[in-house]
Amino acid sequence: MSERPDGRKFDEMRDIEAKVGVIEQADGSAMFRIGKTIAIAGVYGPKKVVPKHLEDPEKAILKCYYDMYSFSVPERKRPGPDRRSIELSMVIKNALMPAIFLREYPKTQIEVFVSIIQADAGTRCAAISAAAMALADAGIAMKDIVSAVAVGHVNNEIVVDLNKEEEDIEGTSDIPMAYMPRMKKITLLQLDGKLPKEKLRSAIELGIKSCEKIYEIQKKALKGRYKLQGE
Amino acid sequence: MSELLVNEKEIVIPGEEVARGMDFLPSIGTFREGESIYAKNLGLLEVRKHVIKVIPLSGYYMPKRGDTVIGVVTNIGFSGWTIDIGAPYDVNLPVGEAVRGRLELLRTDLSRYFDIGDIIVADIYNVTKSKIIQLSMREHGLRKLKGGRIIKITPSKVPRLIGKSGSMVTMIKKYTNCEINVGQNGYIWINGPIEGQYLVEKAVDLIEKEAHLSGLTDKIKEMLEKEGVKNE
Repeated sequence: MSERPDGRKFDEMRDIEAKVGVIEQADGSAMFRIGKTIAIAGVYGPKKVVPKHLEDPEKAILKCYYDMYSFSVPERKRPGPDRRSIELSMVIKNALMPAIFLREYPKTQIEVFVSIIQADAGTRCAAISAAAMALADAGIAMKDIVSAVAVGHVNNEIVVDLNKEEEDIEGTSDIPMAYMPRMKKITLLQLDGKLPKEKLRSAIELGIKSCEKIYEIQKKALKGRYKLQGE
Repeated sequence: MSELLVNEKEIVIPGEEVARGMDFLPSIGTFREGESIYAKNLGLLEVRKHVIKVIPLSGYYMPKRGDTVIGVVTNIGFSGWTIDIGAPYDVNLPVGEAVRGRLELLRTDLSRYFDIGDIIVADIYNVTKSKIIQLSMREHGLRKLKGGRIIKITPSKVPRLIGKSGSMVTMIKKYTNCEINVGQNGYIWINGPIEGQYLVEKAVDLIEKEAHLSGLTDKIKEMLEKEGVKNE
């Protein structure tokens, strides 16, 4: 049995840290760290829609902004939005939307800003996990919390939560996924690379199992936001 | 068999199953799916007999018909005013609901009644499905508040600030010699000596931070007694 580059087991995620309420000025905020990847999410709203023509009289609109900071990677990234971040903003938005009761806030917008301050693969998943907690912290009505993790196919093995080193191995396929643990629904599933059908199935199963573990961490962080008496 | 899965006064997260069975009724902050009741917001679970509620600990004010709110005039129109009540919507106060008797709109400068920046107390008398919100000042006690300023609290924490039959707010008034007027929208109008205003702000801040804990009245009392202005 071959090992993973950093000595983890195949179904072992990197160490995870979650914290809620990290930005004072935001209506809701959260930090999610998985290994060396750190995402910070801030939520603003519901508030008036600008520009006004985007307004929906029946429900709120969700706007997501994914931003990777220039110092988040070894080689300086050119700051500002680019093709990749625009696409990821859309992907994050679509992953979060099914979890929110948008119809409770007609004619409003909810803005989600996710900043990646350190990147070591799996940033979109960290972003989704952080954003879901920030939305809950903002007091927005939700059906469920969204948890996200990447699974992949590295050196002929199904593994969870790839780091950059694994991602760069020749022949690796990477499957970021987001999952709502209570509703048992997948809200994001992408596949970068090639792998056989049966392997994809077992990869998704492993992903779901890992998302449930992340959910427990998110739950603990959210409940820890408000200290109860005697704690 | 119906059962409660979470204890009362505990923090619940969105999507958490709080009760199972058809004997319970979901109220604000919760929803039913199948046999179970789930929380909608991050907040405190409250159970009154069969009715289950989740009191959110953050979030903006969502206007509700019949609420008495405090607002700031932000714009003057041809036949009314636009008021900021902390909701994500434009709120309208028509002349007819604010001024007694008839007046010639073409010949009247509405700023004679309320100018931009004025603080008012008003009732929400209608909220349509598409969130067109109208205020009314016809009822007794709804008026312009002269002087003073506004501080804010999360709307869901207003009941804690007021306390059981007004106990908390009366106590704060007594210790600070301030006039306090609390709107359901979380806007608080205060007026009085500057040291008192500072204390009110401090007390409101403490309520904002610890609204989910019990024994808050005692804590506030202790704080006010230590730093309070001598009364009379």
